[in-house]
Amino acid sequence: MTTTTQVTKKVYLFFPKSETEKPIVYHLVKDYNLIINIFRAKVTPQEEGYLSLDVTGTPEDIQRGLDYVKTFNVAITEGNKGVLWNAERCTHCTNCTVHCPTHALHIADAATRRVAYDETECIECLSCLESYPYGVCSSMY
Amino acid sequence: MLETTVDECSLRTYDEINRKIEAGKAVVLTAEEIIEYVDKHGLEEAAKTVDVVTTATFGPMCSSGCFLNFGHSSPRIRMTEAWISDVAAYCGVAAVDVYLGATQLRHSDPANMYEVGEFRYGGGHVIEDLVAGKALQLFALSYGTDDYPRREIRTMFTIHDLNQAIMTNPRNCYQNYNVAVNCSEKRIYTYMGILEPNIRNATYCSAGQLSPLLNDPWYRTIGIGTSVWLAGARGLVYAEGTQHSPSVLRGENGVPMEGSGTLALTGDMKQMKPEFVRGVSMKGYGVSLALGVGIPIPILNIDILRATCVRDRDIFASIVDYSTDYPERTGKSITRVTYEQLRTGEITLNEKKVPVSALSSYHKAREVAALLKDEITAGDFPLSQPSTPLPRAQGMNKLEIRGAVR
Repeated sequence: MTTTTQVTKKVYLFFPKSETEKPIVYHLVKDYNLIINIFRAKVTPQEEGYLSLDVTGTPEDIQRGLDYVKTFNVAITEGNKGVLWNAERCTHCTNCTVHCPTHALHIADAATRRVAYDETECIECLSCLESYPYGVCSSMY
Repeated sequence: MLETTVDECSLRTYDEINRKIEAGKAVVLTAEEIIEYVDKHGLEEAAKTVDVVTTATFGPMCSSGCFLNFGHSSPRIRMTEAWISDVAAYCGVAAVDVYLGATQLRHSDPANMYEVGEFRYGGGHVIEDLVAGKALQLFALSYGTDDYPRREIRTMFTIHDLNQAIMTNPRNCYQNYNVAVNCSEKRIYTYMGILEPNIRNATYCSAGQLSPLLNDPWYRTIGIGTSVWLAGARGLVYAEGTQHSPSVLRGENGVPMEGSGTLALTGDMKQMKPEFVRGVSMKGYGVSLALGVGIPIPILNIDILRATCVRDRDIFASIVDYSTDYPERTGKSITRVTYEQLRTGEITLNEKKVPVSALSSYHKAREVAALLKDEITAGDFPLSQPSTPLPRAQGMNKLEIRGAVR
């Protein structure tokens, strides 16, 4: 009986054309005991694919799972890379903050009205992309 | 009455202030700093010490644009139609002069034809790219004349290649503005952003206590000829802004509770800073241009100083339903709230909590106010006395629909 605590890690996967038909996520669940929470995916046979997900499990299982993914020609980026916020171009108007359901985009300083982006809170709903007058948020895919 | 006379007594003149600015001895505070200063030292003391208060705003200002002069090609062309990066510019002026407006859509933009339009690029973005020094494409056509034989031209250019790039904005710095909500059952797309049904959000657009005309509600110092900081360039107020209508409901402090005054501004785009000139895309609405504007207020008397101490809690804005009352022009507003309430990020309407966000940026407005303060303190930005005051009593005409002329 293991007592190791479960952790959650955000991962962004890029699949080249050759790897889009393989059931990688199935094996992560079945063989590595990982809980997968997919935020967003675009994986079509014969095309490049993208997958943004959370993996939850013991650190060892996560490591083994990611090592397994690495045996394919899949690029792994840890952290949230599906939605990009361009800090330099943000005008801090705050318009995005009410449309962001998880408050990943939030007012970090009440006095100066500075807006900040906490990528760990982002679920990639993309509502910031449509309610962002200054075009500061973008999607990798 | 006696008090009023005392308050209107001159503390200092424009010339005296400018001599101090030139000597690097002027005392300058931002419209945010003056509030705290007066709280601490009192009005009398502040009146003796402070020479200038800097005000500022940053937000979308649709009635903006620029005159560009391209210089003459060989052979010459008298442009009749022109596009800059596929955005049409007005050519009904001299041969190689054009006017590019902030809300002009890009050629072939589907607008709202098939689905809610995204309006990713238009006049405002061209102006942003110009100021940022990017290379843009000019494509122009002509019918050809004896003295201007060329009928077509296509070339790349940057702002540095132009003889003049003069921003000329018929309406900026709206004194105050509506708070927008949506009382209908479906989402609407407006110039105030996306408004969710059943008042699920509210948006506003003003720098409140930092905003130029809210700090000079009766236009005692801001008039035609006033020098302004227009996106980093030294610009000026060239006329009253379009729709300037100061005869609206005002509070006891003289601060209007709705639109009211506006300014027409101009400035040299070659001197502008790109971070204060930003194209705007409003989903389902169109494109625009956001600008940073700073205006110095000389503390000529105590009345002028008192007005600059206005705070967000003293400034009211009207909440307007953009699903019916605004489009139908009923003139109705739901209620009024202060900017202090708005800036908490939440207001209460019909016992319901409504999240609030802005289109204007208080953060950028603070930056502008601080930059202008630095320029004045360093002796680089002398003030100018207006040549003509702005009208203080004037309404706005409605467009009547009369029978078509046969």
